Amino acid sequence: MANQARNAAIVGIYEWPKRLDMDVSAIQIKARSIALALEDAGLSWQDVDGVYDANDGEGGGGLGLSAYLGIHPTVIDTTQVGGSSYEFQAAHAMRDIAAGKCRVAVLSYGSKSASQRVPIGTGGPRGAGGTWQENMENPYGTTLIANYAMAARRHMHEYGTTSEQLAEISVATRHHAMRNPQAVQAMKDLQFQNIRDITVQEVMESRMVADPLHLLECCMVSDGGGAIVIASADVARGAKQKPVWLIGGGEAIKYRTNDGDITTSAAAQSAPIAFGEAQVKPAEIDIAMIYDSFTITVAVMLEDLGFCKKGEVGGYISGGGLRYDRKGAVTLNTDGGGLSSNHPGMRGMFLLLESVRQLRGQSTSQVPGAKLAVAHGNGGLLGGTHAGGTIILAAD
Amino acid sequence: MPNRLMPAFPEPDTQPFWEGAKRSELRYQRCDTCQSIVFTPRAHCTACGSAKLSWHTSKGLGTIYTYSVVRQNRNPAFADLGAYAVAYVDVDEGFRMLTNIVGAADPTKDIKVGQRVQVEFEAQTSGAFPVPVFRPV
Repeated sequence: MANQARNAAIVGIYEWPKRLDMDVSAIQIKARSIALALEDAGLSWQDVDGVYDANDGEGGGGLGLSAYLGIHPTVIDTTQVGGSSYEFQAAHAMRDIAAGKCRVAVLSYGSKSASQRVPIGTGGPRGAGGTWQENMENPYGTTLIANYAMAARRHMHEYGTTSEQLAEISVATRHHAMRNPQAVQAMKDLQFQNIRDITVQEVMESRMVADPLHLLECCMVSDGGGAIVIASADVARGAKQKPVWLIGGGEAIKYRTNDGDITTSAAAQSAPIAFGEAQVKPAEIDIAMIYDSFTITVAVMLEDLGFCKKGEVGGYISGGGLRYDRKGAVTLNTDGGGLSSNHPGMRGMFLLLESVRQLRGQSTSQVPGAKLAVAHGNGGLLGGTHAGGTIILAAD
Repeated sequence: MPNRLMPAFPEPDTQPFWEGAKRSELRYQRCDTCQSIVFTPRAHCTACGSAKLSWHTSKGLGTIYTYSVVRQNRNPAFADLGAYAVAYVDVDEGFRMLTNIVGAADPTKDIKVGQRVQVEFEAQTSGAFPVPVFRPV
């Protein structure tokens, strides 16, 4: 790893603890999270010279959020690619910091999806019609989850993947959630039934939402948010926390085409770029933080990230190897994931936060001596138009 | 009659497709320059960028590429459909179309990837545009 660039590091993090919070606005979550992430780093408000914003939570993008915060950045970035926005923004911050355009960058997220009762997965058509895309989609009642379900159905058809195999993702993730007090409280606040470890059988017996995806294969809808401080190497060396280095970033998009394969995601393109830049291999990764909107999302991305071959994920995850305390597969989503900890709509933020906790040794499902993590965010619709952002992180 | 959401116009890319549906025609485009099939409709070729596209009418036969039976949709327009099947159909002329599969006694059991299907145009109480859906043949 002698030639691996270590120009930028995550030096401060904060995750909003509550998943149902009636007392704050989304932009207050963002601003408060930034302040507490800066405190975590030992940096101050006016140290910030890079503001990266997904135009979420009334943030107003890099421009509007800077004005709200009262910060005068030299770099703003308003990349909005859904749930992968934070992996894209982290890649952009790495690039901008390496180029000397800024030294202390903040990324933030705030959402009130639960308290505002936003039906993210089952709300049906998202627009009122009148765009080229809405006019071809709205008449058919394709819910968000149906896009993922159709990718799952095709994966099962081509490779023989089963619902029992996909359920292993829900089971391992719930196990991690039960070890995370914030995730347990989230499930209580959001009125989950049976807040305990679950079995493959229970996943199979939960009601079907969109064939072949069952309820316990779907992420929750929560409030939440958080913030990340990314700093240049010189700032990172003087920060309060040990830096977690950003050593590789890859970005890609994918959309449905007339002869395209919807069992492969944008990760198949973004991952080799990220791993190439980081000069590490998937087999060296200790922690995989993968966007678990649904089980199939994780399954496809485990393949596309290179943890197993295309079509072989069913066998790879059978037997429960995704758990932090088991071997046989990479350790997955140790915070409890979107399935069982939080999913306010754009989970990419939390993939980076838990990667950092693991590489600092602070996770509630800590892998001893974890050195390398991959965070892969997916934004948009698996099986449809989506973006994939891959970030490789390394302990100091 | 079904009460699906209607396309909304003016929107010049897809309007000729929906005007075709009124005549029970399933229309698609081909590039006059490079012969690529273009779908969903638009004013340029997605392979070469050419603006010279011509409209053609499909025979309406295809194969189910994948599908899902939707059990829950909070949009009132779909509340009365019960469990319904959304699908991508590979139409024989070379384009893949988002659609619904109709006519299965039990969509959770009677629909398969690879099944042959035929288009039909379903009249709507919600508006003037019949919606092209597919039925197993």
